[in-house]
Amino acid sequence: MASATVGASRGMRARLSAFFFRHRLLRLAALLGPPGAWFAVIYLGTLFLLFATAFWHLDPFTGLVVKQFSLQNFQTIVHDPVYRTIIVRTVGISLAVVATDVVLAFPLAYYAARLAPARAKNAVLIAVVLPLWANYLVRIFAWRLILSPGGLLVWLFDKIGVHWSVGYSNVAVWITFSYLWLPYVVLPMYAALERVPGSLLEASSDLGARGWKTFRAVVFPLIVPGIVAGSIFAFSLTLGDYIVVQLVGNTRFIGNVIYDSVGVASNIPFAAAFALVPVAIMSIYLFVAWRLGAFEAL
Amino acid sequence: MESRAVRIAIKIGMVLVLAFLYVPLLIVVIYSFNNDIGQTWPIDSFTTKYYTLAWQNSDVRTALGTSLLVATIATLLAFVFGSLAAFAVHRFRFFGRNAVSFVLVLPIALPGILTGIALNNAINNYGIPFSVWTIMIGHATFCIVVVYNNVLARLRRTGGSQVEASMDLGADGWQTFRYVTWPAIRTAVIAGMLLAFALSFDEIVVTNFTSGTEITIPKFIYDNLRQPRNRPIVNVVAVIVLLVMVIPVYIAQKLAGGGESATGGGQRAALRSETEPGL
Repeated sequence: MASATVGASRGMRARLSAFFFRHRLLRLAALLGPPGAWFAVIYLGTLFLLFATAFWHLDPFTGLVVKQFSLQNFQTIVHDPVYRTIIVRTVGISLAVVATDVVLAFPLAYYAARLAPARAKNAVLIAVVLPLWANYLVRIFAWRLILSPGGLLVWLFDKIGVHWSVGYSNVAVWITFSYLWLPYVVLPMYAALERVPGSLLEASSDLGARGWKTFRAVVFPLIVPGIVAGSIFAFSLTLGDYIVVQLVGNTRFIGNVIYDSVGVASNIPFAAAFALVPVAIMSIYLFVAWRLGAFEAL
Repeated sequence: MESRAVRIAIKIGMVLVLAFLYVPLLIVVIYSFNNDIGQTWPIDSFTTKYYTLAWQNSDVRTALGTSLLVATIATLLAFVFGSLAAFAVHRFRFFGRNAVSFVLVLPIALPGILTGIALNNAINNYGIPFSVWTIMIGHATFCIVVVYNNVLARLRRTGGSQVEASMDLGADGWQTFRYVTWPAIRTAVIAGMLLAFALSFDEIVVTNFTSGTEITIPKFIYDNLRQPRNRPIVNVVAVIVLLVMVIPVYIAQKLAGGGESATGGGQRAALRSETEPGL
């Protein structure tokens, strides 16, 4: 309690700090109170209100929100085949993006984890992370420039005699998403590869396994949690996005239904209900990821 | 272990994928010098005139002002809340301590559209007018975790013995903070704030739901992307945004030092600290 006795001669400030020193709980409240209150009101509070709103509905005649419990929105989502198509499309593309990113991430992760000398390793890792900090919109814009009719890709294809334009389509959406989220997949995969003990690889080759066999039987099972961990971001971010589809696509995804319900239709209760769709899908995905041991690998 | 062929194949793959990451950004830069208003490739003639035009564009200036204002205030709020939460988690054991990191990272880990629509719904429900303040509130909420993660990582690294020594030598709480704790965490705080600033300056997904008629720089790009008339200006603004992002992130990386990577895995990999041992 040195601070308390010496502090007494230093007046107000010392007494205050001694007071806080003696009252742990007050100190904790002073530290945690402001951010806690902010989060409780602005984030958790609004999320809860959103959840409640999902059970309200829009009066078809007045266009006003009726604040009464009903499952109307959910019935629409389940019964309208349009929404089922959109959900299947979104999940399908999300999985395709995950698969693509896993394949693309592998050489980067493997090089950084096992082949690169220390300096090159850092350089590669920084090179992977840096594009994440380039503006998200600008990165989509880049692909709009490349894929658009008359763009770079059409010109390249033309040079090699292929007359095909990706244009604004689901293929363009798939490429753009794969581009956007690739770094998120590389990092956990890198971490997983780095943890694979070299001695296991030596043992495998001593026992006569060739490269491919070692990869399939030793390396791959060990990095599955890392791959799944990386895929969480790629999957979740694709699932909730609406901007990529607006800018390079020609269909609607889950995010677009939500966005249009807020903007065009101003049916916020329906948007709120539909926002629970990606949350539900993500919960299932996270459950599977957890069973595959992905959380230890994050 | 790996055969020569495998090693070469992986290196080639790595170079190709790195090209995949960077060529699109290069394309954006090249297009900003395109003289032609269309977007066809190859580009016939180059010019810098659109840089001048973009600078003189009043919409761009307004958007820049709004973006800077929002990012500054959101960063300051993130600084206060993020540092406080980091200290609380570092210094105390309390019920729900493990949940703090988890809750703080939620706005970044969950799809942004969820945060966006939740705020939009609340703003509508309570009849609050859309303004720079509603944008700023949304931004501060997802910026907090960036400062929090940086400060907490630094606090864990510095350990408590210096603080104890300071107290033993008779310093009061404020003096210990001023002369021991603050110098140790200063660069981490600044790094976190720079990243928060970059994150706010960059944001569009949530901003679309909280901005009403206010225009930020990303919103300017978003609104004008599909309008042929403004294409050249959008190209230029895109390049400027790329540069504005690189500078704070680079400085933050330097400040945070080698051991802890300030940028982590980028914005969303903030999630990773949640599973750090000892938490």
